[in-house]
Amino acid sequence: MNNPLNTPSRAGIRLGGDTIEVMVMMALLIISIVFFSLLAPGFLSATNFSSMSMQLPELGLLSLAMLVPIISGGLNLSVTFTANIAGLTTAWLVQGLLAGVGILSVPMAIMVGLVVGAAAGFIIGIIVAYVGAHPILVSLGAMIFLQGVGEFLTRGGGISGMPEVFQTIGSGSFLGVPIPMLIFLTAAAGLMYVMHFTRIGFSIYMLGSNPRATEYSGINVKRVLITVYTISGLLAGLAGMVMLARFNSVRVGHGESYLLITVLACFLAGANPFGGFGRVLPLVLGLMSLQVIASGMNLMGASQHLATAVWGAFLIIVMALRMPFIKQS
Amino acid sequence: MRNLLSRTRLGTEGVLLGIILALSIVLALTTDSFLTLQNLFDLLNNQSVNIIFAVGLVVVLIAGGIDISFAVAASVVQYVVMTLLIDTLGGGSWPLGILLSMLVGTLLGLFNALLIHRFRIVSIIVTIGTFNLFFGLLMYFTGGVSIYDIPDWLYYSIPLLNLPAERGSATLYFPVAVMAVMVMLTWFILARTGFGRAVYGFGSSPEAARRSGVSVWKIHAFAYGWLGLCAGVAGLMQAHIVQEVVPNALIGQELPILAAVVLGGATLGGGRGSVLGAVLGVLLLAVVQNGLNLLGVTPYAFRMIVGLIILIAITTSNLGNLLPRSTRAQNV
Repeated sequence: MNNPLNTPSRAGIRLGGDTIEVMVMMALLIISIVFFSLLAPGFLSATNFSSMSMQLPELGLLSLAMLVPIISGGLNLSVTFTANIAGLTTAWLVQGLLAGVGILSVPMAIMVGLVVGAAAGFIIGIIVAYVGAHPILVSLGAMIFLQGVGEFLTRGGGISGMPEVFQTIGSGSFLGVPIPMLIFLTAAAGLMYVMHFTRIGFSIYMLGSNPRATEYSGINVKRVLITVYTISGLLAGLAGMVMLARFNSVRVGHGESYLLITVLACFLAGANPFGGFGRVLPLVLGLMSLQVIASGMNLMGASQHLATAVWGAFLIIVMALRMPFIKQS
Repeated sequence: MRNLLSRTRLGTEGVLLGIILALSIVLALTTDSFLTLQNLFDLLNNQSVNIIFAVGLVVVLIAGGIDISFAVAASVVQYVVMTLLIDTLGGGSWPLGILLSMLVGTLLGLFNALLIHRFRIVSIIVTIGTFNLFFGLLMYFTGGVSIYDIPDWLYYSIPLLNLPAERGSATLYFPVAVMAVMVMLTWFILARTGFGRAVYGFGSSPEAARRSGVSVWKIHAFAYGWLGLCAGVAGLMQAHIVQEVVPNALIGQELPILAAVVLGGATLGGGRGSVLGAVLGVLLLAVVQNGLNLLGVTPYAFRMIVGLIILIAITTSNLGNLLPRSTRAQNV
């Protein structure tokens, strides 16, 4: 009680509030790892773990991009196509406009790609903030629009043949950890910092749990909303870069099927569909369990589609068990 | 905007109808094929499946929920019904096919309703879960293999109305009649029965509806069950039109149809929307695409323009929010 009231930002308090959520997801991860290492041959091999950490980052980054709007009480359905558009921009710049710049072309193109992703989010944020339409509808419109822009510009085709740097990013590893995984973990850590230790992060949680109270306590709600969707767009852009690097090509519709999986992952990790709740750490752990389930079932010879079905059933069961504890608004 | 609308008593449907008529006049003047019987009939033939989906979805939206799983459910219905009919019932017939599709579709919808009602899970989470569950199981059990060998009764198209036209003839097919029946039925239930009013009431304020004696489980069961039934019928019609059953033919349709229904005045908060609006929403997007096609715009640009229209529509229909709060309050 010696702490002055205006310095409540102790990490312990902020992370501690959701210890149960973290423990539940941790338990889930451990149970699924134990389950599949007993049943799936070759699950505990280094190859399996490196292939898992290769596959996780795209879905992971897209889920992070989905988490921030969900915490604010919305949804961003355009994350996958934002990623595509950002990837396309970078691919074009590398192959066309910036091809002559030399070594600097790649970082510049990546920067522009990320800016395009953030800009897409920014526009969605402006519409959500100033028009007041439901985020699901705005981002649904934006999703169809962005997909259309991509289709119009590429004529349904893809762009491939990136410089070697991209291959190094996409399939290289540093200290035994694949670089895409490092990018994902860095982004997750960065987002965790923003959400839990900064003013804007706190405002986003507040906005999600009670928009009117947030407005009345002097927070510029419109600015917070714009920031939410800009962050989301930026993370989606980053996912686009990772996809570009991993597949050495980009195509509109790439990763489209991830869209509903990202929402599934966020809800699984305890994000509240009405906003205000949801943490980065449980999401990362939840994503890992989803990946463990998919890879484990794959090793056991089950099809990837059965894993999708299990994910769906998993979500329903977890939500049914959790629902009595969730605050309804 | 909303202020203006309520004063002129036009409503979203009126505005949509106006836009569709204006577009049609422009297209009739700029192209020679838009205002032909053939084109208009084809427009209806092509949109019948989407409209059946849309009138089902609008019920769920009015009841304050959302459903992502209906398009996948329709694919599941196609497979289950076809397999049942071909393998165990020796081919079947139209009445049997429609009945079975309705039954299986309703069961899938009721499954959603059960999870939503019994476990109090929010509809968007449940339907994202069942979306993955249905789709995963469908792909697993079918192995992604299409059914080309559909029964004869389903294979041959049934002309309803055949009128002579400039080139050849203009024909309306059977799915349009089914669409009309589903539209009328949904309209009747929502607008002309007490239960329909209860659905609206529940959508605008679940708690108030519950306290005034509306039984919540009936609303849930009806909304999701009816969407399931519509999805089943739409699935059968889609298989009839394309003359084959492809497991991933309908997946991805759910969000554009949702956008069309929302264009027609339904909101995600519940309590608003109408069958007419949903039909007009689908038709507006269809007329736009048809017009672009006839004007010779590249098909690759269609989706971009449709997306832009949806964004503009969402923006303009909410322009009331840009007004100062004091003026807005009078309208609430």
